[in-house]
Amino acid sequence: MSTEGLGSPSASVQRKIRALVAKPGLDSHDRGAKVVARALRDAGMEVIYTGLRQTPEQIVEAAMQEDVDVLCLSILSGAHMTLFPRIMDLMKRKDLHDVLVIAGGVIPDEDVSKLKDIGIAEVFGPGTLTPVVVDYIRRNLKRIS
Amino acid sequence: MPNPEELERTRERMERLNETAAGRRSEVWPERKPEFTTTSGVLVRRLYTPQDISDLDYSKDAGLPGEYPFMRGIHPTMYRGRLWTMRQFSGFGTAEETNRRFKYLLSEGETGLSVAFDYPTIMGYDSDHSMAYGEVGRCGVAVSSLLDMETLFEGIPLDRVSTSMTINGPAAMLLSMYIAVGQKQGVAPELLSGTTQNDMLKEFYAQKLCLFPPEPSVNLVVDIIEYCAKNLPMWNPVSISGYHIREAGANAVQELAFTLADGLAYVQATVDRGLAVDEFAHRLSFFFAVHNDLFEEVAKLRAARKLWAQFMKERFSAKSPRSMWMRMHVQTSGCALTAQQPFNNITRVAIQALAAVLGGTQSLHTNSFDEALALPSEEAVRIALRTQQIIAHESGVPNTIDPLGGSFYVETLTRQMEEEALKYIDKIEAMGGVFQAIEKGFLQKEIADSAYKYQKEIERKDRMVVGLNEYVGDGPREITLLKVSPEAEEVQLRKLRRTRKNRGGDRVQRTLGRLRQAAEENNNLMPYILDCVKAHCTLGEICQILRETYGAYQELVAF
Repeated sequence: MSTEGLGSPSASVQRKIRALVAKPGLDSHDRGAKVVARALRDAGMEVIYTGLRQTPEQIVEAAMQEDVDVLCLSILSGAHMTLFPRIMDLMKRKDLHDVLVIAGGVIPDEDVSKLKDIGIAEVFGPGTLTPVVVDYIRRNLKRIS
Repeated sequence: MPNPEELERTRERMERLNETAAGRRSEVWPERKPEFTTTSGVLVRRLYTPQDISDLDYSKDAGLPGEYPFMRGIHPTMYRGRLWTMRQFSGFGTAEETNRRFKYLLSEGETGLSVAFDYPTIMGYDSDHSMAYGEVGRCGVAVSSLLDMETLFEGIPLDRVSTSMTINGPAAMLLSMYIAVGQKQGVAPELLSGTTQNDMLKEFYAQKLCLFPPEPSVNLVVDIIEYCAKNLPMWNPVSISGYHIREAGANAVQELAFTLADGLAYVQATVDRGLAVDEFAHRLSFFFAVHNDLFEEVAKLRAARKLWAQFMKERFSAKSPRSMWMRMHVQTSGCALTAQQPFNNITRVAIQALAAVLGGTQSLHTNSFDEALALPSEEAVRIALRTQQIIAHESGVPNTIDPLGGSFYVETLTRQMEEEALKYIDKIEAMGGVFQAIEKGFLQKEIADSAYKYQKEIERKDRMVVGLNEYVGDGPREITLLKVSPEAEEVQLRKLRRTRKNRGGDRVQRTLGRLRQAAEENNNLMPYILDCVKAHCTLGEICQILRETYGAYQELVAF
């Protein structure tokens, strides 16, 4: 993928953070994803929302096409342990190492560490306050830092 | 009844007294907020007095329970005669596992079944479809064919229990499977009682589990209403649902208004099909959420009954009182549960369940305390059911009808709910109706705006959530969560392969072919789908025929 124009720190600082909010899996609980999308936009980021029921392939393709800095995955169907590894594997294969990936939804504690092992930087459960997510993204972007 | 002058004098005197006393008091102890509101933003006054309801004509505006407009309840004896149905929504893993959970709940005193299907089933995919990967049995039970349905109800006599199925796009297919299981058990369709959710309109803007575009989707809803009116007299073909509208973010007023607007659209569509309103309206049922604001929720349910009765009588000229009855199922609020300090949810659920009972529901699901973390464990479900049983048998609340009727506050709030909901309904109708309101994205935007507002209120601490933004010290979370066995998917896939292998392929092709033709000719599809199901066509195969005929639905993506 292309990262031209992002090379120099000054260019990165001026550029708005680009975020992709994605809903993998079949569940349609989009309340959280939409609230997060709007909060990121209100915080000055450029936000693309995929809509529901995206396959891992579609999500990774969108992340690449939209040249995003952060990928926010939201899932509440319980299929995270099958779908997230697929997404992370595709991210690797497409060389998207510098995209920060975070996740949210109903994800049991015991799965969180496994998800971190495959490269998901943080998991935000129910009740997360949106400024926490905004702040986390700003502090942990791989490209700009 | 006191005369108007006397009332006015009383009001002035009480307000003066209250202002003076409150004024003195607030110098040392100011009120906690500049203004108080319900969750829907309705202003709550310091005090309500007889003046607030002085213009209520009790016999006209409220009536007695069992009498038009049914605000105080649809039955003349309510819970003194029969308690509400305790119906816990459940389903996970394979049909075998869920069948065991059903039997457990029945043995613990549950009085009706409610099936949660997994996402592939809800979306009309078989368990072996590529979109089903990782989702089989995760969020509900996997049902791909008649064999799965037979297993699900193994040993449960369908003439002795009523079953609610949360299924929308594929409602006709699952209902057909239920009819076929009944016939196999020797239970005739006319003896089956239960409900299919089958409310597609709210899917397009709230729950968003859509298979086909709006028009053919609603046609299929009407097919089921028509078929049930003629063949399944004890079945509720639709459960017009505010629950998902609320959970997606709407406030109580929006939930009430949008649900009624959907209901009106179904009645109109069925009347347009040629049915007389009294032939089917008595079997329409409703489904609402109850959130934390107790009095607002009670007022909402009372207002809902009244508005529906009025619409049915005045707009649709229903003659039978039963057509005017709003029979409802209520579920406590999922989005009010916190993952933090999960045991606090037991208290929240109890307050919400109390609101449902004070509001006069016919059926109730209480959420389990662990549901912000996973599907509920057996222990958590038991506590949820016990919460209902405690309200039923210990609180004394069900011993009189509509105990809050006549409360200055609740009556005022009930009227405000009515008025605010009617404003929304007028607005939707001015747009041309629900279909247009969906197409314009109006309903979607209203819901998303409310969800965002609610979140911001929590973040600003304008809305306090105990354990979440106040009193937070979390402590260790020592609870055992339900785990769906990873083998469930494999077991289900093996079973499905066996089904495909052992069935008669000719009959499958023949019945599917007839279904396609019926869909193209715009016939009522129920008899054709029933034939497909009995021939062991899978859910996915049947839905695929209709996807090919109607086209798949693409949601409007906005946030």
